Amino acid sequence: MESLIEKIKSGYLWDFPGGVHPPERKELSNYQTISHLALPEKLYVTVKQHIGQAAHLLVKVGDKVKAGQALSQVQGPMELPVHAPSSGEVVEIKSHPIAHASGLETETIVIQTDGLDNWIDKQPVANYLELSKVEIVDKLKAAGIAGLGGAAFPTYVKHNNSQPVDVLIINGVECEPYITADDRLMQEYAAEIICGIEIFTHLLKPKMVVIAIENNKPAAIAAMEQACEGKTQFIVRAIPTKYPAGGEKQLIQVITGKEVPSGGIPSDIGVVTQNVGTAYAAYKAIVHGEPLIERVVTVTGEQVSQPGNYWIKLGTPVEFILAQTGYQAAKPEHLIMGGPMMGFNIPNKQVPVSKITNCILAPSNQELPLPEDEQNCIRCGYCVDACPANLLPQQLYWHTKAKEHDKAQEYKLADCIECGACAYVCPSEIPLVQYYRIAKAEIKAERIEHEKAEKAKERFNARNERLEKEKQARLDKHKQAAEARKAAMEKDQGAKDKVAEALARVQAKKQQAASGDNSKADNSKSDTKSAAQAAIERAKARKAAQEAEKAQATNAEQTASAEQAEAPPAAENDAKAKAKAAIERAKARKAAKAAEKAQTADTEQTASAEQSEAAIPAENDAKAKAKAAIERAKARKAAQAAEKAQATDTEQTASAEQAEAVPAAENDAKAKAKAAIERAKARKAAQAAEKLAQESTEQTETSSQPANEQSDKDARIKAAIAKAKAKRKQLGEDQ
Amino acid sequence: MSILIYALIAIGVLAVIFGALLGYAQIRFKVESDPLVEQIDEVLPQTQCGQCGYPGCRPYAEAIANGDDINKCPPGGDATIKKLADMMGVEVKPLVGSEDNTQQEPIKKVAYIREDECIGCTKCIQACPVDAIVGAAKHMHTVIIDECTGCDLCVEPCPVDCIDMLPIETKPETWRWQMNSIPVKNL
Amino acid sequence: MSFRVASSPHNHVKNKTSRVMMLVALACVPGILTQVWYFGYGSLIQILLAVTTAIAAEALCLQQRNYPVVKRLKDNSALLTGLLLGISLPPLAPWWIAVIGSLFAIVIAKQVYGGLGQNIFNPAMAGYVVLLVSFPLSMTLWLPPLTLVEYDISFVDTLMLIFTGYSETGYSLAQLRVDLDGFTMATPLDTIKTGLSNQQTFSELSQIKVFSEQLGIGWTAVNVAYLCGGLILIFLKVINWRIPVAFLTSLFIFSWVCHVASPDGAATASLHLLSGATMFGAFFILTDPVSASTTPRGKIIFAVLVGLLVFFIRQYGGYPDAIAFAVLLANMCVPLIDYYTKPRVYGHTTR
Repeated sequence: MESLIEKIKSGYLWDFPGGVHPPERKELSNYQTISHLALPEKLYVTVKQHIGQAAHLLVKVGDKVKAGQALSQVQGPMELPVHAPSSGEVVEIKSHPIAHASGLETETIVIQTDGLDNWIDKQPVANYLELSKVEIVDKLKAAGIAGLGGAAFPTYVKHNNSQPVDVLIINGVECEPYITADDRLMQEYAAEIICGIEIFTHLLKPKMVVIAIENNKPAAIAAMEQACEGKTQFIVRAIPTKYPAGGEKQLIQVITGKEVPSGGIPSDIGVVTQNVGTAYAAYKAIVHGEPLIERVVTVTGEQVSQPGNYWIKLGTPVEFILAQTGYQAAKPEHLIMGGPMMGFNIPNKQVPVSKITNCILAPSNQELPLPEDEQNCIRCGYCVDACPANLLPQQLYWHTKAKEHDKAQEYKLADCIECGACAYVCPSEIPLVQYYRIAKAEIKAERIEHEKAEKAKERFNARNERLEKEKQARLDKHKQAAEARKAAMEKDQGAKDKVAEALARVQAKKQQAASGDNSKADNSKSDTKSAAQAAIERAKARKAAQEAEKAQATNAEQTASAEQAEAPPAAENDAKAKAKAAIERAKARKAAKAAEKAQTADTEQTASAEQSEAAIPAENDAKAKAKAAIERAKARKAAQAAEKAQATDTEQTASAEQAEAVPAAENDAKAKAKAAIERAKARKAAQAAEKLAQESTEQTETSSQPANEQSDKDARIKAAIAKAKAKRKQLGEDQ
Repeated sequence: MSILIYALIAIGVLAVIFGALLGYAQIRFKVESDPLVEQIDEVLPQTQCGQCGYPGCRPYAEAIANGDDINKCPPGGDATIKKLADMMGVEVKPLVGSEDNTQQEPIKKVAYIREDECIGCTKCIQACPVDAIVGAAKHMHTVIIDECTGCDLCVEPCPVDCIDMLPIETKPETWRWQMNSIPVKNL
Repeated sequence: MSFRVASSPHNHVKNKTSRVMMLVALACVPGILTQVWYFGYGSLIQILLAVTTAIAAEALCLQQRNYPVVKRLKDNSALLTGLLLGISLPPLAPWWIAVIGSLFAIVIAKQVYGGLGQNIFNPAMAGYVVLLVSFPLSMTLWLPPLTLVEYDISFVDTLMLIFTGYSETGYSLAQLRVDLDGFTMATPLDTIKTGLSNQQTFSELSQIKVFSEQLGIGWTAVNVAYLCGGLILIFLKVINWRIPVAFLTSLFIFSWVCHVASPDGAATASLHLLSGATMFGAFFILTDPVSASTTPRGKIIFAVLVGLLVFFIRQYGGYPDAIAFAVLLANMCVPLIDYYTKPRVYGHTTR
């Protein structure tokens, strides 16, 4: 390391591969001193102007703010506050276009300026050396200082790093054509910049500081050298003019000969870089207590009559700046934020200046002509020679164009710095960088999606596991309960009764199919009256429900057919059927009530009988279930009608007659379809009913719930159960 | 005639030798890789939406491994089909149901519950395959947007139809550079 | 309010494909002029024929493939292909040689592969090889330098020879190649190839008329002219220096070693470098961007491979010159070379 520092001190410069020499055009704007523009009426302060997360808003509409007042507050990592650039009132907080290539809108604080430009109480620190490192870093954070070179990386993050720093590189290269903001800043504020750099050195304690400036800025080099006089640790180094020498990675290579590892950060190799503008902002923030509310912006291009560098408040709309600098719109209008190599087009002039804005370029169509049609790649390899990262742009082009993302990654797409040198030299005018950006964005999206998919899979598996566990737990519980009951029963009455009960149940079921009368006879045989009665009641209920269901089915069918065929008789039938159905339903409900009573009495049997068939019951709230069942029943009815209507659709001519016919008498297809539907429905209903039954069992068991709460809805619940059971029965018949 | 026999014998012997060699190599140099099902499952989007007709992504992965069609996954879209085709060594097929119309990337959507309309029935909670809906009975439910896979399964069970599938909003961070936003014409 | 929205970079170097192609074509001019000076107007007519056919074929293909014909023709790639093929043809070859060669180069070697930028083989050389294999006689009848031909061949004679096979005075090409002693004069490389296979020594062979100071008359000048053109291209950064330098170096080393090892059994290195299509190939054929390797190291490997192949075919193969074969063979290796010569990317420790 020592030898490296010696070598750097000796004046040795390394080189980076590739690079291009686009026309610089810096003479347009670099001869005038930095001046101020008038204060705009409204300032549009984007809440998030840096890389990272937006900080949390502190103001609301109607608040009066003073210049330098924080509008947002840092609460998490990679957050950075924004400040009111001037005094006034917050009139709106809305979505507004931002300084981003997408032209999208995000949260923006609109401040109506009052023209007074009143400052908050500044808290200048005369001697920052007295402050601790943490205090200074906090101050930098609170002042919203971000890298002003173009990426707006929060500056405090760079200084929080605990890795030892050997070389601090101050980037005054400004390799982008047209831009002269840093050039002018260095010429006019060299001492302040040095002071800012000293704040950084105080924090980082580097072994040496290299201020790198491209050798096409002799005035800036002279100014900085003069300001550095007597400071042995500081070196001002003129580096050869070549784009993109100002790129962080390239600059590190030029100054130290080292490369930042792929995916790493400069401090991994003991280097930290800061832009000269950032150093100036840090000076302002610490020594003057002024947060970052304005920056130097180069306004240039042949379409502005007064090109130059201006102090511009963050949040000033581009339109306002252009209006003051004699802008004449080209046709079509063409505005670039940033330089011609890496800047982005802005789609409208409402875009405000943000921390990343170092240049507003309004070129004429002659100086930066419209891109021409993309021609075939002829594999000339000029892009390979121009690439500063040693990539193979033409291979990346093939793979990104074909969306072969894995191959593009194999060719190290991620290491592309999007400097645009390849696209600049391409004789076929292929927008190479654009292809890479798309591919990068897609790869990123894919990665996020994949992560999400992984998470979803995990959650899905966790859920399945949980369901399985719950089911098992329930089964165990039931088993235990059954055993407990069994034990209790044995104590009470003995096994005989139970056998009889079981017999009665079986017989009841059998009888039900044949006739209700027989069940009575069977009943009398049984020893336990309650059980038998319950069975009868249930059978009746079932039958009633069945009828009701049938009626309902016919009813629905008729409604459908009536609509289809528009036959009056059908309508009559419909009405009749409806009435009948209603009666049946009422009956069913009555019966069901009775059945329910019996069931409650007969809790044990029902429970044990149904236990084995229990599906995956999950709920603890019986009422919700009940409601669900009702809802479903209603839905079913509707669905049935719809289904029928469809069926009738195909057989319109026969519909009227068919509607009246019993399902068994209907022709094959329809009957089958109906049967299938009914079966499905029945199954669903049955499941619900079973759940319910079980729940009621549980309820009775625990019986902690007051009965009166249920009384209101009970009837309906019972009806649903009855209906469901009827369907199951029907299903049996169908099969 | 004897030459023919010799030739046949020679070739037969060679076949046996090479066969044995290959067989040995297959055992000796067996490449340990993820079981096919795992690999397929990896490619599937894990929305667990069941649109393929299987209860979840893994069952579908198993079905594909057993020879089912690879084009039954609408959330995965063309990209997934392409990957599956590569993996299974079969032809890329258009997505089931989109054979005639032009293929489009499925728009990513997530579920939103209109919360004032929610009656707290918990049905969507039960339907959600990834437990991305929270809420209790008779209380309003809400979707954890970050966990939602956009599977649609909660929409149907909702008795009051208060669940909307809305496309994910594009933010500057998630914005994808679009070729068509910039007029590039291929000559 | 229409705003122009484009992707960065917004400025662009003014070095279009058409310009690159045109510069390469112009750099051929010194070579062509020298060729005309030594071997007559034949070359001009061949070039004209080949270029016309190439452009016509390209236009037809583009039109059939529904591309904007005029816009695409403006990239000058067909013109260059025709030009390079025309230069390589024997000056007095029958007219249909140029036509068939150009057609093959454009239609089969270029457009069938997908047009500009998609062809794996150098179209001009593919066309040349097809001709050489299909019509070996016509393709090997190079006229000796005019200074050695005992008849004056006027422009009309050239035209008639190309289109009818006989000069105005009724001589055929074969007759023109025979000197006063009844000895058929061939190209220097051909002479050596035939001679060496007839157990003659190199020093014996270099006494033959077509040589002077062990170098081929005319051919040396032509090669020097192409060398000059090529240097201009390198200076203008139209072509990369790696391919020509690596190719010439490898050819020199191989031939020099061989000549030192067996002075009588092999031609000198200088003869290898300054006869046949060596310089033309080094600067104008190998550097064809489409079919050559694109990585910096790949370019060197590619060029060295061509040098090696050229030497071996010239020395041991069945054909006197070998640029075309060597280039096509090396073209086949390009994808492989490119794959294994990826440069080390910034920030990576391995390739």
